[in-house]
Amino acid sequence: MSTDTSFVTRSKEENWLPVLELAVEEVFEIMLGCRVKPVAPAEHTPNGEFTAMIGLAGALCGILTVCCSATTAGQIAKSMLGDAAKSADEVGDALGEVCNMIAGNFKNKLAGTDERCMLSVPSVVSGGEYSLHSLAAGNAVETVLLFEGAPVAVRLQLQS
Amino acid sequence: MDKIRALIVDDSSVMRKIIERSLRQAGIELDKVVEASNGAEALTALQANTLDLILCDINMPVMDGLEFVREAAKLECAKGVPIVMITTEGSEAHVVQALTAGARGYIRKPFTADQVKEHVLPVLGKKP
Repeated sequence: MSTDTSFVTRSKEENWLPVLELAVEEVFEIMLGCRVKPVAPAEHTPNGEFTAMIGLAGALCGILTVCCSATTAGQIAKSMLGDAAKSADEVGDALGEVCNMIAGNFKNKLAGTDERCMLSVPSVVSGGEYSLHSLAAGNAVETVLLFEGAPVAVRLQLQS
Repeated sequence: MDKIRALIVDDSSVMRKIIERSLRQAGIELDKVVEASNGAEALTALQANTLDLILCDINMPVMDGLEFVREAAKLECAKGVPIVMITTEGSEAHVVQALTAGARGYIRKPFTADQVKEHVLPVLGKKP
C-alpha cells in the first residue's frame, strides 16, 4: 500500500508531538493507573534494554517504538498485571501491548486516518546492544516520560 | 447473574489476563475462561466449548479478529454467542466492519473496567 502524500505533508506542517504525548498519557493512566508527564528528552535518556516496536502502513507509514530499561519494563508489566511478571516473555508482551495501544490511540486521534492506516503486531527487542535502522527515516517525534522515576522514550518515525 | 463461560481472544497473554480481570471487576462472574491467541485457535476453541461470551482482538497473526467473526457466523455452535471486539483499531470503518460481520459490541483499547461493563452486560441481556 502506498503512503498517502497528504499525511506526509501534514506530518511536516502539523505539530503531532502533543497528540503523541496525549496518546501516551492516556495509555499509562488507563492501563497502568499512573499519571505521567513528558520530561526533557535531553536530560532523561533511557537505558534501552527493552524496545517494543510496531509498524504503521498506509496513510501513515513508519514505526513507533517504546524504549526503557529492563527494570522499568518489569515495573510496567507489574502495573498492568497487578502482579510481578512471571517471565521475560511476559515483560516483553506487556511492553509490546503498551506500544500497540499508544500507536492505536495516536492514530485514532488524527482526523482522517481511519481504516487507511494499519498497524502491525508488535515486536520486542531485549538487550541494549543493537542499532535500529528504519527505512521510514523521515520526520520523527519523540516524547520521554518518567515512570516510577525512570525514563521511557516513545518515538514515532515517519516515512518522508 | 449466572456465572458465564467466556472465550478471550488476543495474541497478548498479558492482555488476555487484563481482559479477564476487567470482566471480574465489572461484576461478571466467570465459570470458565478459555483463551486463544488468534482467530484460528478461537474457531477451534469455539467448537470444543460451550460458551456464553467471546471477547476478541482484531490485529492478530494467523487469522485476524474480523475474519474470525465472519467464520464464526457460519458455525451452528456460535449461534447466539455474543462477540465483543476489544481492539486498538478505533476507526468507524472498523466498527462498521465488525458489526456487519456479526459482532455485538466494540471496545477500544485502552479501556477501563467500566467500559467493559457498559459494553458487555447489554449483550448478556443485563443492564450495565
